[in-house]
Amino acid sequence: MANTKTSVSKQSSSSPDSGPDAYIQMYRKMAGIRLFEERVNDLYTRALMPGLAHLYIGEEAVAVGICSTLRSDDYITSTHRGHGHCLAKGAAPDRMFAELLGKEAGYCRGKGGSMHIADPDTGNLGANAIVGGSTGIATGAAFSAKRLGNGRVSVCFFGEGALGQGVLYESMNLAQLWKLPVIYVCENNTYNEYTHYSETTAGDVLGRPRAFGILAERVDGQDVRAVHAAAQRLVDRARAGEGPAFLLCDTYRYRGHHVGDVSREYYRSKQEEQKWMSERDPIGLFSDWLIAEHRATAAQLQSISAEIQSAMDAAVQFALSAPYPDPSEVQQDVYA
Amino acid sequence: MSTPEMKSVMEPAAAQRELTLGEAIKEALAEEMRRDPRIVIMGEDVAEAGTVFKVLSGLSAEFGTDRVIDTPISEAGFTGLAIGAAMTGLRPVVDIMFGDFIALVMDQMANQAAKVHYMSGGKWKVPLVMRTTLGASRRSAAQHSQSLHAWFSHVPGLKVVLPSTPFDAKGLMKSAIRDDNPVIFFEDKMMYKLKGNVPAEDYAIPLGVADIKRSGDDITLVATSSMVQVALGAAKMLEDAGISAEVVDPRTTWPLDEETLVESVKKTSRAIVIDEGYARYGVTAELASVIAEGAFHYLDQPVKRIGAMHVPIPFSPPLEDVTVPTEQMVFEAARGMCRRS
Ligand SMILES: Cc1ncc(C[n+]2csc(CCOP(=O)(O)OP(=O)(O)O)c2C)c(N)n1
Repeated sequence: MANTKTSVSKQSSSSPDSGPDAYIQMYRKMAGIRLFEERVNDLYTRALMPGLAHLYIGEEAVAVGICSTLRSDDYITSTHRGHGHCLAKGAAPDRMFAELLGKEAGYCRGKGGSMHIADPDTGNLGANAIVGGSTGIATGAAFSAKRLGNGRVSVCFFGEGALGQGVLYESMNLAQLWKLPVIYVCENNTYNEYTHYSETTAGDVLGRPRAFGILAERVDGQDVRAVHAAAQRLVDRARAGEGPAFLLCDTYRYRGHHVGDVSREYYRSKQEEQKWMSERDPIGLFSDWLIAEHRATAAQLQSISAEIQSAMDAAVQFALSAPYPDPSEVQQDVYA
Repeated sequence: MSTPEMKSVMEPAAAQRELTLGEAIKEALAEEMRRDPRIVIMGEDVAEAGTVFKVLSGLSAEFGTDRVIDTPISEAGFTGLAIGAAMTGLRPVVDIMFGDFIALVMDQMANQAAKVHYMSGGKWKVPLVMRTTLGASRRSAAQHSQSLHAWFSHVPGLKVVLPSTPFDAKGLMKSAIRDDNPVIFFEDKMMYKLKGNVPAEDYAIPLGVADIKRSGDDITLVATSSMVQVALGAAKMLEDAGISAEVVDPRTTWPLDEETLVESVKKTSRAIVIDEGYARYGVTAELASVIAEGAFHYLDQPVKRIGAMHVPIPFSPPLEDVTVPTEQMVFEAARGMCRRS
């Protein structure tokens, strides 16, 4: 994915309608995330990947729609389901895979793993394994952007499960009081682990940020163009000093809460899963649109996928053959 | 069981009934819930899912989702609610999925639950059990691997239980539930599948009574929770090397059975304390100091401590593996101490 032929010079603040390339780039990113996650699934089920793997498959339009409006020096914080956010913000698949396998070449030298990818070069403040754990961090990054006057914005990705955490509300209150350039992106993929969000979430979700006076919008998280357009407005507004915003994205995780969550019938039906996959697939919907609008041909999209497949092969190979860190590294980096 | 022939086949099996540690905990909860309708369980994915470790599976079917209650991901909120409910007539058992998340409930536990009884001059009680986990080695990285039981052990007003066998888990859980104080019950994630003999009849193990898991003469290995199995493994290796190790499990860090620890060390004159929490300012420090104070004149060298390496638990397997105490580490430390004298 990193060395693609289509170069997008104005990636940061481009409006997709400025040319077909930006859309193709978004397609490429979404397909890249999906294929990355399929490889993760494969590595995990073959017992080549330790720990836990929370796949982002089905939610690609959210990360790509949002991150395609960001500058590379803008900040994001991510979650336990964070591979998509990291890739969309510019992480390289080979070093991602290496981290997921605990290898020294990984983004965190193997110390973080799947749930803790962090990379200053792409503005990634870190994925987080504590639900709601990064809301303060994202808000703090927006505070320093404002104080330092560097024009950056900060995006806080979290699942709807984090709506249960009080720190989110403390953070949003601060953000609105101090007009901080932070966008709270709530990915409502319908389930907190094994519990439907309607059983854990009272009242109107958008009413919560609105109670603080934060501009709050809802968007179809399976429609990358809609996510992109909404994000572009909110990001531009934040960058212009008009304060925080909240974007609720309706989406769905296709797979288990983590790879091992295979028998899911007790909390959701196969039909429900099937319906989302066949009718609301973000990549399917987007490629249909690209073809219908003559922005790309089916053959072009296929060749992009093939290109990504071989890039993923190489990235996985890189990670598998990379060495583990030396055990003596264990005591490095406890303190700065 | 209807024919005498079958009975004779079944009987030893019944006497030696084996449960896993997870099953033993569930059985204790189920028996107590049948006995006492004031008990309710709450936490994330505790009902139909039966927790992420499946420890409670089946309880919501028996007791209903009015008593086995799924919560939002609001640890501070539902812990506080449980404290209030405990003060006003219920006996809640709250589930904090990973021990790392106790950081989110610390104010509720340390400033509220722990102090209510004392501050009210003994007027209000908080009969609350908090179940949570400890232990590394699952490749779960720094926010899902810590053993933070020392935090609660530090606070007056809280009791802390660390079961190391299915038998202990069931008996200690019963006492925890029947106790009128906030009790935190730490379960090692790696031990849920550990099997052991658990009698079917009702029994309770009092909090504050240590157990000698193996007796010996040359050295005392004091070990908690996940480290008891490690100490027992090391004791076997030591036996092959001609050293007789006694393994003592305090079972609760508070209340603490100081006498059993001290008496054991008076007999062996050497001690190693092993706990999966950080050694610095940790449980091993307290236990070693109790031994040093109580058995000073009997000790033939300083008490040794073994705990988790003082680093956040890393993800990468070869790194994580060196952070956790192992049988080999305990064996070598013990052999070194026994040789020296
Ligand atoms: C504070 C905290 N509580 C509980 C957990 C365990 N946990 C991990 S993911 C998860 C569900 C999160 O749901 P959501 O935020 O909607 O994200 P999703 O998994 O759906 O992407 C839970 C309860 C945690 N990691 N942190």
